[in-house]
Amino acid sequence: MKDSTRRFVERDRNWHPPPYAPGYKTSVARSPRQTLVSMQHPTISELTGPDFRELRMGVHDNDLLMNFTQGSGLPVGERMILFGRVVDQFGKPVPHSLVEMWQANAGGRYRHRNDNYLAPLDPNFGGVGRCLTDEQGWYSFRTIKPGPYPWSNDVNSWRPSHIHVSVMGPAISTRLITQMYFEGDPLIPKCPIVHTLNDPDAVETMIGRLDMAHSNPMDSLAYRFDLVVRGELQTYFENQ
Amino acid sequence: MMGNDNMQPNTQPCDTLLLRETASQTAGPYVHIGLALAAAGNPTRDEEIWNEMAKDDAEGEHIEVVGTVIDGNGDLVRDAFIEAWQADSQGIYQREFDLEKPFNSFGRTATTFEHGSEWTLKTIKPGPVAVDAIDQEHGAIDDKDSYLASERSAKVMAPHISLSIFARGINIHLQTRLYFEDETEANAQCPVLSRIESQARRQTLIAKREETDGRARYRLNIRLQGDDETVFFDF
Ligand SMILES: [Fe+3]
Repeated sequence: MKDSTRRFVERDRNWHPPPYAPGYKTSVARSPRQTLVSMQHPTISELTGPDFRELRMGVHDNDLLMNFTQGSGLPVGERMILFGRVVDQFGKPVPHSLVEMWQANAGGRYRHRNDNYLAPLDPNFGGVGRCLTDEQGWYSFRTIKPGPYPWSNDVNSWRPSHIHVSVMGPAISTRLITQMYFEGDPLIPKCPIVHTLNDPDAVETMIGRLDMAHSNPMDSLAYRFDLVVRGELQTYFENQ
Repeated sequence: MMGNDNMQPNTQPCDTLLLRETASQTAGPYVHIGLALAAAGNPTRDEEIWNEMAKDDAEGEHIEVVGTVIDGNGDLVRDAFIEAWQADSQGIYQREFDLEKPFNSFGRTATTFEHGSEWTLKTIKPGPVAVDAIDQEHGAIDDKDSYLASERSAKVMAPHISLSIFARGINIHLQTRLYFEDETEANAQCPVLSRIESQARRQTLIAKREETDGRARYRLNIRLQGDDETVFFDF
């Protein structure tokens, strides 16, 4: 009889942004001052998580061009495909994982009751999508490119165009929410939220790359964004 | 399968074998439009993941779990988003999420923008969970021999709910656990709760029981910083 030992590669807390990052002002009062309590032996509570294969999705849940349209209208903006693969740190695809995303419209305005930026709402754009990765870990969305928007941090802070991306992975240990930025955007190096990261290589993991090969001629550009979640280790041993 | 064969332009190697995890970013002030549509004031889809983890016919004691999230200035955090993961009344994690089922182990909630700004979960009280419980998909969870002697003598965790907290200003989600006030004995023996050296800090994870119109309600206020700062875990 075989038993397995399931573990995830330790999360490198210096790679991720620190909770206290004063350049991003809201983090100052919202960051713990005590140290995290380490679980040397995570239990079943941490090593398991929800499986969403039975969650029924709408046909347009991953198509933001269609999932909020009023009649035959389409959202304003640059049509684009956001696609990529969810893999773990060993490069192993993560199938059947819930990938969710949300974003501003082409003018940089969110369809959210608290967003009162002066750019207008787009009647044909909601800004939310979700899908499950396939057997090989692939996911894709059809959307428009979000616009940059100003926010109150420094006197004149602007968010680079970005798409918020959420991935569950196989357990709550692999849970991750990030933001995808667009390759070459001059606002990226000026962004206080991007600057919460200490390592420029870590910023590179959040950059979606223009992928001409997967674009649709006369239709949409494609950006590829792979997500890497914590690696899963399983070592097998024989029971006597 | 091993190595960097699949490496794409936005993935980074950290040594010869491993890719780097994609870096975390704050969920921001508008997390609701993606993960809590009703809270954003937007139409919902046919099936949403939300805060009713238990239907009326779910087995176990039906409870409501409520609380606030408070920042280092003592102010309410009005835009927090929270995910819950818990065992059923038998201490079993029901991994398959299916809204047809009476109970789901996974739920989501958010603090409200209005006065009071509470988050709420409607669920059942979880049963105690064996540390080395067999997960049907993956076999035994850890090498029993590697546990510290003290942990081995207490193999059952007190009833608890794992909570992940996301919000504007939180750069990587915070992970904590909610325990129950009326489980004094089980709490005293819980191997995870016992890892917290300070007795006072352990108390930050204990939800207080309130009786209301027949349904038990437990309250836990999560303090992100300052006096009585909640214990957050790394795992
Ligand atoms: Fe945003």
